[in-house]
Amino acid sequence: MLDGLRLYGRYIGISFRSQMQYRASFIMLSVGHGAMTGLEFLGIWALFDRFTALDTWSLPEVAFFYGLINIAFALCDAFSRGFDLFASTVKSGDFDRLLLRPRSTALQLAGQELTLKRIGRITQGLVVLLWASHALELAWTPDKLLLVLLTILGGACLFYGLIVLQATLAFWTTESLEIVNTVTYGGVETAQYPLAIYREWFRRFFTYVIPLACVGYYPALGILERPDPLGSGPLFQWLAPVVGLLFFAVCLRVWQVGVRHYRSTGS
Amino acid sequence: MRPYLSVLSARIRMLLQYRAAALAGMSTQLFWGLIRVMIFEAFYRTATQAQPMTYAEVVNYVWLGQALFALLPWQPDDDVRTMVRTGTVAYELVRPVDLYTFWYSRALANRIAPALLRSVPLFCVAFLFFGLQAPASPGAAAAWALATVGAILLGGALSNLVNISLMWTIAGEGSMQMLSICIFVFSGMVIPLPLFPDEIQPILDFLPFRGLADTPFRLYMGHIPASQVWSVVGHQLAWTLILVSLGRFFLYRGTRRLVVQGG
Repeated sequence: MLDGLRLYGRYIGISFRSQMQYRASFIMLSVGHGAMTGLEFLGIWALFDRFTALDTWSLPEVAFFYGLINIAFALCDAFSRGFDLFASTVKSGDFDRLLLRPRSTALQLAGQELTLKRIGRITQGLVVLLWASHALELAWTPDKLLLVLLTILGGACLFYGLIVLQATLAFWTTESLEIVNTVTYGGVETAQYPLAIYREWFRRFFTYVIPLACVGYYPALGILERPDPLGSGPLFQWLAPVVGLLFFAVCLRVWQVGVRHYRSTGS
Repeated sequence: MRPYLSVLSARIRMLLQYRAAALAGMSTQLFWGLIRVMIFEAFYRTATQAQPMTYAEVVNYVWLGQALFALLPWQPDDDVRTMVRTGTVAYELVRPVDLYTFWYSRALANRIAPALLRSVPLFCVAFLFFGLQAPASPGAAAAWALATVGAILLGGALSNLVNISLMWTIAGEGSMQMLSICIFVFSGMVIPLPLFPDEIQPILDFLPFRGLADTPFRLYMGHIPASQVWSVVGHQLAWTLILVSLGRFFLYRGTRRLVVQGG
């Protein structure tokens, strides 16, 4: 395990140094990436400018949800490139090489690339989050800070799990299926707004099928100390992010099943 | 004219083969549409004062946006990108055709074919189940059809400009990202443009992006009266002309200084 972590560190270090060779390009891409997601926030701001409120929710509250989920997703996006491009690895037969190495396949794929430019989106999410916390005059205590970190980690794990699932599908389909994008990108879009505004079937889907609400809406309410229109209690809100870690663990099990079903394309 | 028409039709026929991708894309778009409709539903639930668009109009707008999503030039032509990177773009230069028109035809095909595949079924589903209404009147339908043609021409010119910019940047990721987000936000895909604050409406009116989605959609639902179709199409064509001239200029400069990577 420790050995694996050390190897992973080496992988990430190499990827980091190779991207730092193109420093100007890295800076421009990061800034561009941040500006891009920033423009999206403009849309949310414009809606609040028109409507002043969303049900009982204010702009800073929505900004808080927005910041949390975007940081989590960008974090996952930065580390999951190998799985994201996995279908082409299968198609070209390159996965055979990974199997020959005496290390877990998941570790090797995770270490394939650290996409540094995502730092732009992380920063943008952080700025929105900080603004929201300032506007809401949140009183930060160590335990709340811990919950925020756990929520972001849980969120990143959940998205990572989804991307692993998408890669696992490629064992059977060879072709990459964009269908998982629906719940990753669509999930980010959904979780930017409070869960309570959606219809019931949709809320159930993102709570029980894909537990996105457990790594966004519920813990965020715990931090905001706002009564939940859906009636969840503080204990659940504080424990919910763990579901993200569990989800990730389950996805990794599914991945292992997939690896056993792998048949090389032979190309 | 012949070679350009044949590249247009050959590419359309090729792209029509990707039906599974179209199906996956369609379900993504359905899901997106549902999310967006629910968000607007929540906003309108508590709205106190009158808005520039009614909720029903916004629903129409969202579904038109999802159905015609493929018409937006938000993706560069991957083949051109590969050609520039690998150096095979040199073959494009020796062809006895006008390169701009050649790539423009490709760009048009890249917009039309996926849109054909996706929009018809999406229209039907949205119409039957999710509250998309028929065009406001036969006049509105005709105006919308005309403006859609304008939107395709404008979109082709925009994406061709991106293709040409690849000659400078090779990777081109940065400029591409910037342009695609501008297209998303300022064409009305993120939120309907009339909902933006009134102060920035003149800027939105000026920019070319509005003609890609916003104005055709509003003609469809009669939010812009059909009699104003000419000013809409005029705006689209004027920008198309500007972008084509810009593209031609950059292409001319680009081919003068192009260094083809060997290998």
